[in-house]
Amino acid sequence: MNAGGPHHRAPSREEILLASCQVAKNLREVRLSVPGIHCGGCLRTVEQALARLDTVAEARANLTSRSVIVRWRDGVPPPAMIEALAAVGHAAHLGEAPRADKIQAELVRSLAIAGFATSNIMLFSVSVWAGAGDGIRAVFHAASALIALPVLVYSGRTFYRSAWSAVRHGRTNMDVPISIGLTLAFAMSLYDTLQGGQHAYFDAVVMLLFFLLIGRTLDHAMRARARRAVGDLARLAARGAMMEGPDGTHTYLPAEEIRPGMTILLAAGERVPVDARVLSGTSDLDRSLVTGESAPQATAPGMAVEAGTLNLTAPLRLQARSAASESFLAEMTRMMTAAEAGHSRYKLVADRAAALYAPLVHSAALLAFLGWAFASGDIHRAAEIAVSVLIITCPCALGLAVPIVQVVAARRMFEHGVMVRDGAGLERLADVDTVVFDKTGTLTSGEPQLRQPSATHLGLAAALAAHSRHPYARALVAARHGPAPIVTDVRELPGRGIEGRCGSDVIRLGRSDWVLDAPRHIQEIASSSCTTLSRNGACLAHFHFDDRLRPGAGAAIRALTEQGCATAILSGDHIVAVADIAARLGVTQFEAGLLPADKVTRLQMLAAAGRKTLMVGDGLNDAPALAAACVSMAPSDAADVGRQAADFVFLRASLEAIPFTLSVARRARTLIRQNFALAILYNAIALPFAVAGLVTPLAAALAMSVSSLAVVANALRLNSGRAGKSGRQGRMLRRRTPVVQFAE
Amino acid sequence: MSVLIYLIPISLALGAAGLVAFLWSLRNGQYQDLDGAAERVLFDDEDGPAG
Repeated sequence: MNAGGPHHRAPSREEILLASCQVAKNLREVRLSVPGIHCGGCLRTVEQALARLDTVAEARANLTSRSVIVRWRDGVPPPAMIEALAAVGHAAHLGEAPRADKIQAELVRSLAIAGFATSNIMLFSVSVWAGAGDGIRAVFHAASALIALPVLVYSGRTFYRSAWSAVRHGRTNMDVPISIGLTLAFAMSLYDTLQGGQHAYFDAVVMLLFFLLIGRTLDHAMRARARRAVGDLARLAARGAMMEGPDGTHTYLPAEEIRPGMTILLAAGERVPVDARVLSGTSDLDRSLVTGESAPQATAPGMAVEAGTLNLTAPLRLQARSAASESFLAEMTRMMTAAEAGHSRYKLVADRAAALYAPLVHSAALLAFLGWAFASGDIHRAAEIAVSVLIITCPCALGLAVPIVQVVAARRMFEHGVMVRDGAGLERLADVDTVVFDKTGTLTSGEPQLRQPSATHLGLAAALAAHSRHPYARALVAARHGPAPIVTDVRELPGRGIEGRCGSDVIRLGRSDWVLDAPRHIQEIASSSCTTLSRNGACLAHFHFDDRLRPGAGAAIRALTEQGCATAILSGDHIVAVADIAARLGVTQFEAGLLPADKVTRLQMLAAAGRKTLMVGDGLNDAPALAAACVSMAPSDAADVGRQAADFVFLRASLEAIPFTLSVARRARTLIRQNFALAILYNAIALPFAVAGLVTPLAAALAMSVSSLAVVANALRLNSGRAGKSGRQGRMLRRRTPVVQFAE
Repeated sequence: MSVLIYLIPISLALGAAGLVAFLWSLRNGQYQDLDGAAERVLFDDEDGPAG
């Protein structure tokens, strides 16, 4: 989690008010994400720190979701919650609004009701199997039917709805054979019950529902948790901005209400809300998240700035050029939607299996029916056997085969700080053979690093630099060791540099054309990743800066190569910076100076060549490429829209999350295939018995439970390290260094 | 046989009571913070839960 990173920005009170919502009894409520909560002590610290604030009515911290819900009296300004939490050592930012997850609530209710029905009907069934007399059997079957009917309608509607929508669109999915099997089995059993027949499959119907709902609920809960965790990451873009009216009044407006021509006051450390033009003020801009350029740029009046650009050193007055819906950000969103078409062409492995499986099973049932009808002439007996074929082959194990593995894989990734936003992403990731990286913010941390850490005059430069928020100044301060000379009368000239006095000398640090009386070397001025220190106008030292590699970048590239993936860099930055990083990492394929549309084109070319690409990127300019790639990954400090577009989000700084995720996805694919093999094997054994008319309700119930348990047990092997010869070694490595888990 | 006339409804009613209790606890937000609930039991505030 990069809460204290360079992009972190505390929300203003206006922004908190905008994110809050009114709840009952004159109370407003806001949900803050507090990633530092990790124990009961933190719960108390957080709640007590907030309760001490005068206007806070209630604060309830949540250890599971690492957040706190604060309520305060409506009508007063929001309490200083972020500051109060910072005082007790907890970084906090605005989280996703608390929103009820209706689908999950419905699934859990369906599951509870199916569980209730399964246990009760099973009680009746056990006594029927144990040999209850005719009278009791009739009563028990009738009671089972009464319980099963409402449960089938209530808990089964998830499957009926999904099957119906698939059939209506001329497709088939796993829910089609499930729905047909459930309905026919219930109808047949109901008919037999009314006729006083011997066999009823109510227990099998509700048990099937119960098992399948377990898979569905776990699958949904996994995605909901990932969505919430991603939503709780600190927002980079502001929800609004301070506007200056024509009469000089200041009002805070949501970004959507900013119109072209309005004047925006942008403080240092804030991001530009909509595309705008600089009216007045001089500052430095960090465009790394927008265009991928790593070097900060000085502003000049009249210069155009894109939404999402970070203002570094001084306040600016801007004039909005376009509304939020027509800004750079909106343009990226439109390109993403267009690029996403490639995703929807991918067919889930479960649906591919169903497309083969459903016709096979249904024709087997039909053939059994026709065969028995002609052979024995007993239509009722033939129908009973056809239904038992449907029940015994009803894809209970198949329905669980995929979601259980994905849930276990997602949990394993979650423990290592990787969020899986979609189970389908896991399937696509396993097929990846090419990994494409963005440079700025992905391979590099986006923070510059001093190239010669032992440079002379570093102490003097750092003493000046301590007064600025410019990234180069911060890098100088970070590189300094030992005492620094005392510098007085420091002032910062945004876009130029810093000036101060050391004794009687005037010391300047910044652009060489401003720092030096007679700048001699033209290329030094042009070189943007360099800053100059001078005394009384004479050059003392030049400081050069590199992009700092993200931790684990080298190891990740090596591990990916070992796993058989080609690597490439697509960047919007200048060719010199990209070539340097590529050389340091040993990546031979790279392209620089790419626009967002160029990145999409490159990915589409790779796709046309039959490559399956994983795109790893963080910037706004990467967002369309993230959507265009076969599967995508973003760090947690990526631009908001990029995080929303990516299939995977990794929370920790290290890039070693990528090979780790890839190896888990590949292992999950193996286990899914094994599960399918298990389910097919089970069907191959059970089908002849069913067709021969030898399957009783007891046998059906047993077979269903055993095959489901086998599939679940196989999925759990994903947790127990790697199979094969590297298994023990991998486990030992994990025990020693829990962070370095990618080791293959 | 006659004993089943009231034993079956009783067993169903007991099961249904359990189901209703579960649905109530779900609606009441009892499962919102399972980790936190495990820790809160150790708080020894004099005046009830904080806030």
